[in-house]
Amino acid sequence: MRYRQAIALLALVGCFVALYLWLHALGVGGPLKCGAGGCDTVQTSRWAVLLGLPVALYGVVGYFAILVVALAALRPAALVQPQWNLLLLGLATAGVLFTAYLTYLELFVIHAICRWCVGSAVIITLIWIVSLLSLRSPEPRTDPAA
Amino acid sequence: MNRFYVVVGVLAVVLAVAVFALLKTGGGASAAAVGPPPTVVDDGFRGYTIGDSSAKVEITEYSDFECPFCSRFATIQMPTIKEQLIATGKVRWRFRDFPIPGHAYGRFAAHAAQCAGEQGKFWEMHDQLFYHHQWAQTGKDPSSLFRQFAADIGLDLPRYDECMKSGRYASRIEYSRQEGLNLLVDGTPTFYVNGKKFNGPSATSDVFKAIADSIIARSPSPSPRTPARR
Repeated sequence: MRYRQAIALLALVGCFVALYLWLHALGVGGPLKCGAGGCDTVQTSRWAVLLGLPVALYGVVGYFAILVVALAALRPAALVQPQWNLLLLGLATAGVLFTAYLTYLELFVIHAICRWCVGSAVIITLIWIVSLLSLRSPEPRTDPAA
Repeated sequence: MNRFYVVVGVLAVVLAVAVFALLKTGGGASAAAVGPPPTVVDDGFRGYTIGDSSAKVEITEYSDFECPFCSRFATIQMPTIKEQLIATGKVRWRFRDFPIPGHAYGRFAAHAAQCAGEQGKFWEMHDQLFYHHQWAQTGKDPSSLFRQFAADIGLDLPRYDECMKSGRYASRIEYSRQEGLNLLVDGTPTFYVNGKKFNGPSATSDVFKAIADSIIARSPSPSPRTPARR
């Protein structure tokens, strides 16, 4: 249960990070709060749009999906079902692979680093690690009412 | 279990407030550098130039950094012009600002270029603004991106920030625009070859080469071949 709770909380944070980047991509608010980072270089590059949609939107949808699945997996009836861990690991793996691709673009193609993207990369990596740990240590078969 | 959902709810509210605050408090472009100045003063500046100061041909370009045609000219034609006409000492190129009023960040970009020029890197910023022209298509505040350009070309950032905040070149930029209006600049980019408006169908490196060669051929003495930047 603790693993799924941790995943839900991390996904919630990730969802808001992606939401901030998405709203900025839609032109809401001023420039990104990015310190000396290259957020705007990344955000205005041609790689910031995938299939006609801002990349950040995929982040919002991805994190929201993980959040919903993690909350669903926390239902008393689902706590004893290990397949939820597999589903969470699958979503997290997809997220990590997508993030790895975006990080590669930042480092070797765009040559600029966006701190918010790094933050998101850390969050999705943590989610992936926690979901992996949840597989290695299956949830105890506790009384759902406890 | 219930306590966990309370934590989720509280965290969601805190994060929503944080995102709202971040969107509301973004730095933003300095108003002094974005808009036209209250008064226009002639500081004697007549544009940055590149090329031999004694070249027989001077081409003056009235340009707007937000204009897509100017960007296309700077990235497609200008490299050849630099190689064939400027580096060979045939032509001196002069850049004059002509920010189009309808462009939200044209003046701001011109100001960023002037602030770079203050540190001896006008042409480097000119290239950054034109070669990474995506900023002009998004309609978003480009102040962070321009600051990134400033960092990329090695500007002293505190000095750049102070320059942008002060808006001290707004008057110079507006003077240049008014000068262009007096010369009947009716769009960007508009060119003047030795003071005469270029009215050709297309401004290409080949056309300018033909014009420059024609002028030089009619000129009595050869010009030196030492390109210079100002």
